[in-house]
Order: sequence, then structure tokens, then C-alpha cells
Amino acid sequence: MYRYDQYDHQIVKERVAQYRDQVRRRLSDELIEDEFRILRLQNGLYLQRHAYMLRIAVPYGLLASRQVRMFAHIARKYDRGYGHFTTRQNIQFNWIKLEESPDILAELATVEMHAIQTSGNCIRNTTSDELAGVAADEIVDPRPYAELIREWSTFHPEFAYLPRKFKIAISGSEQDRAATAVHDVGLHVIRNEAGEVGFRVLVGGGMGRTPILGSVIRDFLPWQHAMSYLEAILRVYNQYGRRDNIYKARIKILVKAIGAEDFARQVEAEWLDIKDGPSTLTAEELQRVAHYFTAPAYATLPAVDAEFERKKTEEKAFANWLKRNVKEHKVPGYAAVILSLKKTGVPPGDITADQLDFVADLADRYSFGELRVTHEQNLVLADVKQSELYAVWQEAKAHGLATPNIGLLTDIICCPGGDFCSLANAKSIPIAQAIAERFDSIDFQHDIGDIELNISGCINACGHHHVGNIGILGVDKDGAEWYQVSLGGAQGNVSSIGKIIGPSFSAHQMPTVIDRLLQVYVKQRVEDERFIDTVRRVGVTPFKDFVYATPIKAEHATGEDVCA
Amino acid sequence: MPNLIKDKVVIDDNWTVLRLAEGESAETVSVPVGKVIVPLTVWQAQRASLQTRSELGVWLASDERPEALKDDLAPFQVIAVDFPKFADGRGYSIAYNLRARLGYNGELRAIGDVLRDQLFYMQRVGFNAFAVRADKDIHDALKGLTDFSEKYQTSWDEKNPLFRRTKRATQSVRD
Repeated sequence: MYRYDQYDHQIVKERVAQYRDQVRRRLSDELIEDEFRILRLQNGLYLQRHAYMLRIAVPYGLLASRQVRMFAHIARKYDRGYGHFTTRQNIQFNWIKLEESPDILAELATVEMHAIQTSGNCIRNTTSDELAGVAADEIVDPRPYAELIREWSTFHPEFAYLPRKFKIAISGSEQDRAATAVHDVGLHVIRNEAGEVGFRVLVGGGMGRTPILGSVIRDFLPWQHAMSYLEAILRVYNQYGRRDNIYKARIKILVKAIGAEDFARQVEAEWLDIKDGPSTLTAEELQRVAHYFTAPAYATLPAVDAEFERKKTEEKAFANWLKRNVKEHKVPGYAAVILSLKKTGVPPGDITADQLDFVADLADRYSFGELRVTHEQNLVLADVKQSELYAVWQEAKAHGLATPNIGLLTDIICCPGGDFCSLANAKSIPIAQAIAERFDSIDFQHDIGDIELNISGCINACGHHHVGNIGILGVDKDGAEWYQVSLGGAQGNVSSIGKIIGPSFSAHQMPTVIDRLLQVYVKQRVEDERFIDTVRRVGVTPFKDFVYATPIKAEHATGEDVCA
Repeated sequence: MPNLIKDKVVIDDNWTVLRLAEGESAETVSVPVGKVIVPLTVWQAQRASLQTRSELGVWLASDERPEALKDDLAPFQVIAVDFPKFADGRGYSIAYNLRARLGYNGELRAIGDVLRDQLFYMQRVGFNAFAVRADKDIHDALKGLTDFSEKYQTSWDEKNPLFRRTKRATQSVRD
């Protein structure tokens, strides 16, 4: 993975010094909170319900074991012994003291990490495919381009005070695993007919109050022009994006208002001025960065390991795990392992300090010392030998990280919600937990098969509810917490925005609502049809009719009872 | 006399910024004699009388476009861009375009909610003068110009990105 050189080190070090002084000035009241808030947000520090939360950037989801050990250290020394992986492949700690935040950043800098632009109205951490570089369906490895974008966007002087936050996702595979359609900019790394590498550029996707899928504004942008073209997009947005209403300030609203074609025309006009200028990437620069993402020293292995095959047929639990948590690798004899952070009883994405140390150790012993974070809030060991899968499974199981539920009902994407976040209208973690408990049976989950259940505690949609096959959104009605359910959302190559099925439910009713939706699916599905395909074929009506056919018993009127 | 940071030093500011008060209009407001920086709308409305002045400045609001001054830069010793709130970042693109697209070479001044922690970025996009908000210590703000000693990307101040300016060594990939 990428390693800092003297320039990266220097810039991050100077950031720590700058931020430390900003904190000092805030504590001495030289800065008032209104001035400081925007500065600390650009450094990932949010004020939540109970304490400050620090969001640390994990560039395009890639981690080295020494960085993961640093997270464990931070969790123990500065937090309450755990951290939380987010839907943007970052990690956040929920119990941070303002006074200590500069020290945390100084410690992070020693392992080439920071919290730069993890919040605020600026260009955020670029996200990518968690299987980049190892996926069997990869066209071009997106990681070098993601790193080039990281450097270009870090402290870009013109785009630090945009109308609203700005998120870029990049994918280089047949299957889009980076949810590029719901980002401000989505980039698909592709090859044209001549075999040259470039990007298909999507703009204006997003979730929040107005979910919209991105529009293609350029079918093929040669890779050399990535920076100048992004600069043109950002310059148009910075000048013309709305600033009068926070809910209408994302680039998607601008693109929708003037139309993708007109937006593209403005970008092209802006680009003409800077195209072929000094920002144009060189082969040498691409090579410098790509060097960090060359393949590790893979052993030459048989495609099939006999002992592995034997264990697979003998142990059903192992077979279940293989079926859901192990993904195809482009190198024979290797596999990518997904460590589930969705064990029933644990908030989705949460991980303890001991588990962090353990996964760092696992990465060192089985996967070239590297880990990845998925936007579904799980971890990946990308390069595990097939012959060692059994050992990895047993060890992961002993640490609560081998729940065989990847892509299943309990692999829930969930934001921190009302338990932590001051923006939330409702709690989300207790809903996820109640659903996970109700449907804890692995056999049942495997029977239901692929399904995406996403939960957000408010309209900001950090839990990606719009693109959940089943989406749950926490809403506030007269001070009480209620949950609105949508159906038919999807991420990936055939992305779609879910449709709301009807009036909202109390927290207590939610497991039964899910049960009824699943009953309709089981009744309606044809052969191996996935949940989303059944919804697309039969429409929302049969689900809606059944869910609302008879009242669902609600012992309490609000969502408060679930965690009691 | 108020102070100004110009070309990295604190100097006396002998210009006055004219802002229209409630009820005043660009057409009828009287522009005082001396070194005055007038709103773009006043320049456009009173051009005939203003263009005879030997010393004149103009300022752009954050929702105005620098292209309004295209081929029209000569009358001004100072062009200023207003930041109604420091979080309103339109002024950065206005400044960049004034420099890069319109080729303006004179004093480019940030006015309004101008604070220490934004000066580094402002300087990068082409501002060389900063009317720091009056309640802040301008000598303290000066420190904001030197927060960073290196930058990755181009802007007005750096014509070449880091990768064209330096030879970046490649580190060993794994520990």
C-alpha cells in the first residue's frame, strides 16, 4: 500500500501543529465556537450528544497492521476501548476529549494517518472497492488513482469551503462495489477500444433528503486529465452550488436544476482553460504511485487444496462461512476473507481494542500485513491462502468475527443514530439489534439469501437506507421516534432508490414488519430469485398490502422500548 | 488608520471600502473623494464619472462573477473580494479566475470575514492583501500565511503540482 514520503510526512506534521494551535486558541477563547467549529470539522472532530467524536481517514479503505494497532491504542488510551467503522470506510471514536485530540493526531501521524477533511464542506476521503487489486472481475486497479486524488484533494485551497460536503468514489471492476452512483462524483476506471485507461465520470448522485443517482457527464476521460477535470467540476460547483439552503446545497441539486447536459457543458467550458496544463498527470507520476500497489509476493499454489476441500464437505459451519464470507481472488490458491463486524448483539461496525489487535495480528500472519474496510462496515483480509482459510476461520470465530452473514439479512448497514449522533431523529443501533436477534438463525438467513437491510437514524442517510433492498429511516413525530420503511433500493451496477411503503412504525413493530416482508418474499420468489429481484418483478404492492393487512401489536407507542 | 496585510507584511491601509447602506442605490450613492473601493454595482452604474479617477478600487460580492470585469481591469489599483462569512468559499474561485482567467496582476484583497485560519488558502488562490476582521489581532493573523511549507496541487501560487516540482522518492512498500 501507499507509504508516505518526506512531503506527505511534512504536510501531516504541519497539520497537527496547525490544529494543536487552533485547539489552544479555542480553549483560551481567542477563537469563538462558531469560528472553531468549522475548523475542527475539517479535521474530523464532531461534537456529539455525550462527547466529541473523532473520525479518522482510512484512504480508500486500506490499512496496514501497524495502523490497526494504533487504533487499538487510541481506543484504550483516549476512548472507551472500542471504535466504529463507517460507511465511508473510515473509523470513528466516540468518546474523545477536545484537549487530547491534538495528541491523537500526533500519534496517528507516526503511522501515516490523519483526520484531514473527514468532515466539513470539503472534499472528503475518496472511497473505493474493498477488493481492489485482488478481485477476479477487475478491469483496472483503482487504488493508484484513488491515492492521486487523495493527494490532489488534500488541502486544495480553492475547495475547502464548498456549499456542502463532497464525496468521490472510484471503482475499477465489472461489479461496482463502491456505490459510485450515490456519490457526488463517481469514477469508473475503464479501458477504451484502443485499450487506453480512462474514467467514466458520473456526477450528482447522493442520498440524504433528495436521493438521486449520478448522471454520466463524460463517457471516457483519459486518466492523464483526472485532476484538471475534477478541478473543473469543483470550480463550477463552488461558484454555482446553492448556499441558501443546506438541504439544497449538494452538487446533485445543481445538476438536477440545470440538467446533466448543461452541467457537463459548463464543466467542459471550465476545463478548456486548464486542460493540458501542469495538473496533467504524467506516466512517471502514475508509476511512482502505482509502484505502491504492485502485487505482494504470492506463492505459486494449486487452484484447489485437497485438505481444504475435505474440511469444506465435512464441516457445515465452515462451508456456510466460505459461502458468504470468502470471495474469489484473481490469483490461484488465494481468497479474500471478509471478517464480519455484524455479530448479533454488537452494534454494526463496532470493534473492540482487543479485536483490533487481533485482526492486525491475523493480517500479519495470513494476509501480507494489510486489511481493508468495506463500506458495508466489515473488514477484509484480501490475500489469504486457500489452505489457511480453515485456520483463519477458527481464529476469527474465537474472536467473534466469523459470523457467516455477509450479504445476508443481519449484515446490516447502520449509522450510529440517536445513541451518539446529535443530528439523528431516532436511534438506529437498537433497531438493527432487535432485527438481528429476531432473525439470528443462520439457516434461516441462508435460506433468505442475498438481501441488503440499511438503517439511517435521520434523513442525512449515513446508513444508506435509500439503497437498501429494505431501507429503514428514523423519523421524528411529535418528539417520538418512528421508522419509515422503503423497499427496492439497491447499490451496484443496477442501482435504484427505494420506495416508501406507507405510514411509519414504532421500534417495537420493526422486527414484525421485516418478518412480514420476508414472508411475502418467500411466498412470491421463483426458484433462486434474490429478494431485490422479486421486489422488482412483483412490485411494492404485495409487500405493502401484507405488512399493513392487520395491525402489528405495539406495546409501547415509541421506539424507546427496544433497548429497555 | 486600520491595518492591512499586504505582501506578507502589516501596513497602514489608506483605502476605504464603500458599502451601500440600507436605502442607498448604486446609481445615486455619492462616492467620496480619495482612495475608495466601490461595489461592482456602483462601478457599473457610475462608470462615466468614476473612470476619470486616478485611484480607484472595486469589490465583488461572493455572488458576483469575475467575468463582469473582463477586459475592464485597467481602471483599478485594487480589486477586492468580499467574504460575507468565512465559510462562504465562492471568493476563492472568484480570486482564482481573476488571476488565472482574466490575468489580473494588481492588488487582490480579501475583505469581510477574513480570519487567520483561512489566510493560507486565500494566499494560494491569488490574494496578496488581507483586510483582517477588525476585532482580530492582525499580527497574530499573519502567522496564518505560513501554516504549511508544501502543497500537493497547483493553484495561483504554485504553477506546478508537487510531482512536477520535486523528485519524489519511492519508499519501500512493506515493512
